[in-house]
Amino acid sequence: MSESKVLHGEYNSPDEHGHFGPYGGIFVGETLMPALDELNRKYAELKADPAFWAEFDYDLKHYVGRPSPLYFAERLTNKLGGARVFLKREDLNHTGAHKVNNTIGQALLAKAMGKTRIIAETGAGQHGVASATVAARLGLECHVYMGVEDIKRQSANVYRMKMLGANVVGVDSGSCTLKDAMNEALRDWATNVDNTYYIIGTVAGPHPYPMLVRDFQSVIGREAREQCIELTGRLPDTLVACVGGGSNAIGLFYPFIPDESVAMVGVEAGGHGLETGEHAAPLCTGQPGVLHGNRTYLMNDENGQILDTHSISAGLDYPGVGPEHSWLKDLHRATYTSVTDDETLEAFRMLTRVEGIIPALETSHAIAWVMKEAPKLPSDHIIIVNLSGRGDKDMHTVAEIEGMTL
Amino acid sequence: MSRIAGCFEQLKAQGRKALIPFLTAGDPNLETTLSLMHALVANGADIIELGFPFTDPTSDGPVIQRAVERALATNTSLKGVLETVSRFREEDDTTPVVLMGYLNPVECMGYQKFTDAAVASGVDGVLIVDMPPEESHDLEEIIHRTALDGIFLVAPTTSDARVSYICKQSSGYVYYVSLKGVTGAGNLDIESVKENLARVRANTDLPVGVGFGIKDATSARLISEIADAVVVGSALINNIEELDASKHYSREELQRHISLIKEMRDAMDA
Repeated sequence: MSESKVLHGEYNSPDEHGHFGPYGGIFVGETLMPALDELNRKYAELKADPAFWAEFDYDLKHYVGRPSPLYFAERLTNKLGGARVFLKREDLNHTGAHKVNNTIGQALLAKAMGKTRIIAETGAGQHGVASATVAARLGLECHVYMGVEDIKRQSANVYRMKMLGANVVGVDSGSCTLKDAMNEALRDWATNVDNTYYIIGTVAGPHPYPMLVRDFQSVIGREAREQCIELTGRLPDTLVACVGGGSNAIGLFYPFIPDESVAMVGVEAGGHGLETGEHAAPLCTGQPGVLHGNRTYLMNDENGQILDTHSISAGLDYPGVGPEHSWLKDLHRATYTSVTDDETLEAFRMLTRVEGIIPALETSHAIAWVMKEAPKLPSDHIIIVNLSGRGDKDMHTVAEIEGMTL
Repeated sequence: MSRIAGCFEQLKAQGRKALIPFLTAGDPNLETTLSLMHALVANGADIIELGFPFTDPTSDGPVIQRAVERALATNTSLKGVLETVSRFREEDDTTPVVLMGYLNPVECMGYQKFTDAAVASGVDGVLIVDMPPEESHDLEEIIHRTALDGIFLVAPTTSDARVSYICKQSSGYVYYVSLKGVTGAGNLDIESVKENLARVRANTDLPVGVGFGIKDATSARLISEIADAVVVGSALINNIEELDASKHYSREELQRHISLIKEMRDAMDA
């Protein structure tokens, strides 16, 4: 598909085999192929069923608390002295992040498929908490895979999951982070495929996951579009979101893809700086490869081995990215950049002090980009930032950096 | 005739079944892998499946994961594995070698370059565990222009329609995964394997190998009664786990680490 077709509203991805241009697809062992086929067929059936979406909308309204506000950050705007900055408040959702939009949707799928056991992988613990939450609500057994490194830095969320009745399984292979948690979840799924539903937390993994997670998260962009028109009388100029796997970014971007005038910026984790190699920015520095069931931009060495990543935020500490982002990058429909850990911390502190909103460290990457770019833009330029999650879970990490113990 | 087809034909004439050990190449280094390959053949292996390491082996259990970590610790690359096959061929021009692994190292090398190097080094078959036939078109198109066999997996979960589709894509042999799960897991259910092999055989005349969960001489014999080939990985690797990357081992010294292969061979031929 040529770029101009995308810009003229003919974007229609993925194709029936889950391909976003050359990206996406289904790259798993044979044992899981039939399970993915079953999921794909069930989702196609439910997607066409208005009752399914009515139930989804009901849960989002009454259980999650949607719609989330689009908040004009006036003090931040004044302080930066450029573009008008609006925050899409996904931090106000039940469980404190955008992740729950997806787990609500996939829980409905699991229920419709008659599965009795839920598994999930998690990095920062937000998706783990959101999965444990919907499992508790449906009375389903829940196992969450989490790297031991992340268990250390996100202990508050680990305890929340346990309170919700989930079994948190520490993963001590490889780099002991999100990538390894996903490996272990895939192994569990292959072993218990008959009764188990795997709730993938981001827009990665084998088809149909990147598509269905996007569809569930798109509520963010649909609301933001309406709210922006209502508040300002027009579409925004720029959308900004942090990108790890990329679910909050796709959720915001997707409904705006046909709107040519709206720029989209994904902010990856620059860690200690792209030049140091210690980061998690595959779209900025990587090349296409295959990991976790899909073809996408990856961080790997010259022999195709996946590299260890680094980010101050556990939720972005991942060497791959959702395949639709790879496609949007190649189409030049979205641009991808990065900010460092230090810039992220500065943004974390600034938003907290200026607006009284404590953002997650993941989210703070998007804020850091706004701090750098908004001052250069005119005052009639409208930026919407996806405030994807709240920062309560990060108190330990930030306190430690500031030399305090809680 | 390819080495793999020739091997199965010869075994058939002798009324025997193939024994296929799996090794992670580079565990603990490529020098020892080369010696192990020769020792395996001397102890009754008919075909060798040689795993090239990948950091994220999602279809493998803990034993092979650790083997991969040891191989990567000595910087084993796909290129190095292909060179090792070349060196194996200097002494052994008959035992088929099947490369097995995950797609990313192959993508990174490039499909054409990988295929050319595999042919040049004397590889006979390729099995990419995370590349189902649906995604294999580009690589298979290149492989099919050579004498290399493209081997695919069939699992207990595979529907009849897919079994037929997979068998059509396969050459060399079909690899039946005997259980739901990862390598080295669980206990074999012979009755279930028997039923599933019948489903495979209804779709192909190719030999059918069975792997995942074959742990000892008894299970190897039971499987050899119903399949054309027995694949053993984790149980073998368990016994070579203690090898030290900093030491040089003679083939004789390696003998006791692969005694399982001799036991399996004897049980299968009895």
